[in-house]
Amino acid sequence: MKIIEVKNLNKIYHEGEINVHAVRGIDLVIEQGEFTAIVGPSGSGKTTLLNMIGGLDNPTEGEIVIDEINIGNLKSSQLTDFRMKNIGFVFQAYNLIPVLTAKENVEFIMHLQGKSKKERADRAIQLLEEVGLGERVNSRPSKLSGGQQQRVAVARALASKPKFILADEPTANLDSESTANLLDIMEKLNREENITFIFSTHDARVVNKARRVITIDDGKIMSDITK
Amino acid sequence: MLLSIAWKNVWRNKLRSLIVIIAISLGLVGGIFSAAVMKGAAKDGVRGMIDNYISEIQIHQPLFKLNNETKYHIKNSNEFEKNIKNIEGVKSVSSRLKVTGMASSANSAVGVSINGINPEQEKLVTTIYKNILDSSGTYFETKSRNPAIISKRLAEKLKLRLRSKIILTFPTSDGSQIETAFKIIGVFKTTNSTYDKLNIYVNKSDLARLTGYSEDVSQEIAIRINKEASIDSIKSKISKNDSTLLVETWKDLVPTLAMSSGIMDQMILVFLIIILMALGFGIVNTMLMVVLERIKEIGMLMAVGMSKIRIFFMIMFETIFLSLVGGVIGMSISAVLIGYYNINGITFSGLDEAFEKFGYPTTIYPELEPTVYFTLSFLIILTGIIASIYPARKALKLNPVEALRSDA
Ligand SMILES: Nc1ncnc2c1ncn2[C@@H]1O[C@H](COP(=O)(O)OP(=O)(O)OP(=O)(O)O)[C@@H](O)[C@H]1O
Ligand SMILES: [Mg+2]
Repeated sequence: MKIIEVKNLNKIYHEGEINVHAVRGIDLVIEQGEFTAIVGPSGSGKTTLLNMIGGLDNPTEGEIVIDEINIGNLKSSQLTDFRMKNIGFVFQAYNLIPVLTAKENVEFIMHLQGKSKKERADRAIQLLEEVGLGERVNSRPSKLSGGQQQRVAVARALASKPKFILADEPTANLDSESTANLLDIMEKLNREENITFIFSTHDARVVNKARRVITIDDGKIMSDITK
Repeated sequence: MLLSIAWKNVWRNKLRSLIVIIAISLGLVGGIFSAAVMKGAAKDGVRGMIDNYISEIQIHQPLFKLNNETKYHIKNSNEFEKNIKNIEGVKSVSSRLKVTGMASSANSAVGVSINGINPEQEKLVTTIYKNILDSSGTYFETKSRNPAIISKRLAEKLKLRLRSKIILTFPTSDGSQIETAFKIIGVFKTTNSTYDKLNIYVNKSDLARLTGYSEDVSQEIAIRINKEASIDSIKSKISKNDSTLLVETWKDLVPTLAMSSGIMDQMILVFLIIILMALGFGIVNTMLMVVLERIKEIGMLMAVGMSKIRIFFMIMFETIFLSLVGGVIGMSISAVLIGYYNINGITFSGLDEAFEKFGYPTTIYPELEPTVYFTLSFLIILTGIIASIYPARKALKLNPVEALRSDA
């Protein structure tokens, strides 16, 4: 089942007199259950592409259809709501609210969605157990390692039962052990619960775990290989 | 959830929050305490004036009020006095034979108001007897011919002392002037120098004899009422007794005194609002720092689907909490300070002279109505809300992509 369709996507940044063509005419379809890496050199447009797919940035041209909704037609407030209900985000850093515990951070999105207290608490604990943090539910982010924080972020991203999870360089700040660990968890969630992951990375070991690898350079897709 | 995050965010940067909280508390303690001092002073000033001089109600012939001529007097004043005493709520009454004259010594002369009183009655009405200075005589207890009580200020002006002779010149009932020597048997001092300089007290019987009036005549009847009694209903009852007389409450007699206590309340409010405004700017500044520091976090919150309204309220609540914590601490310290000094009093030494000129006491018992704290709590919350608008708007202008990309 097709969940994302990207058609002729272009993004031009205007930096003073200079125009930066960060994404040049990308067409892309993502199916439910994919485990896809977007790779490419620095400045190739990975973040720009993911931000547009996630409804964080507006394309200069082209459209993005998620589950039959053209997100370019949504107003800013509708888009915020759309992101909350449909997309899970994992960023490189600053994913968590520092004053909340791991469990509260995971509950946060469900709170925005208006879920009941019991449902929130149960699901938060279940998700934290799934990412291997059942013991640390009451720790604040500052008491967790970088890898643990990213696992909380994954649990948080899952909490809203999104259609897919976008992760822009989720392992960029992690050592190799934590990287492997995070990837294992993501892969397991993908395999066992059919959760769609789209992540960007520089790291060859991360790329190796992906089942589909989309290579972009200078804002264009150079290759798209499904193993 | 929003409230709990906002509350926890207040304590994220403990030092910075504490500095703001301390600033708010100190500002408020300063403001509230001075307000209470002003209020206490004003109230004591009013009380002092009523106790020492003007009483709650005074009765005159309308014309006496206009030109101070002795002939405009109240006849059968003993009878009238009895009637007044029967009115419920009236505590005590003093009827005075009052003439305007001259007081002179070998050195100088000044215009004065000579009050012919019945000392025992007068004691129940004015508290001059309590203000006889140490070793400066008595309140008509010393036996003497033509005894008089004068204030320290008048004594100084005329260069007179206890037991000196003072020459009083005043009109008699037939319109001629009489000049008589009185003996100073007591010297008093109240906090009101203007009234002190003006008033001299002598026995009503002496003054009646000298002016040729009957003791059943008076120019002024002063009335004290019980604490709980309604001054206006007593006033109207007296007026019914004799509608030709001018019955005035202390507010009518000294309108500035009544006005000043009303104006005082408004001044205090304005004063506190100005302090809160100044504190408000400090709060705005702090919250701007907060927003700047959390750009990435706010960007993340927007990205994952927190609406602008929620972000706005999160920052607003944080600002309100910050202000309220400072406010509650400030108000508590103020309440304790005011409570303590309300019992023990504050003496402003050195300022005595200035205070007395305006009829204010030198020892002040600060006080503040509890309602002021409610008004203040409301104003503090309002300050928090207003102070949060600019920083919160700044936060809303952020775009999640740029916020996440920023280096902050
Ligand atoms: N807000 C912006 N204003 C101007 N130019 C921008 C902006 N954002 C990105 N760019 C430019 O667009 C191009 C693509 O940037 P992007 O961040 O998408 O690359 P990336 O592949 O994610 O790189 P990296 O691997 O370093 O994260 C770059 O040339 C970058 O300088
Ligand atoms: Mg990038």
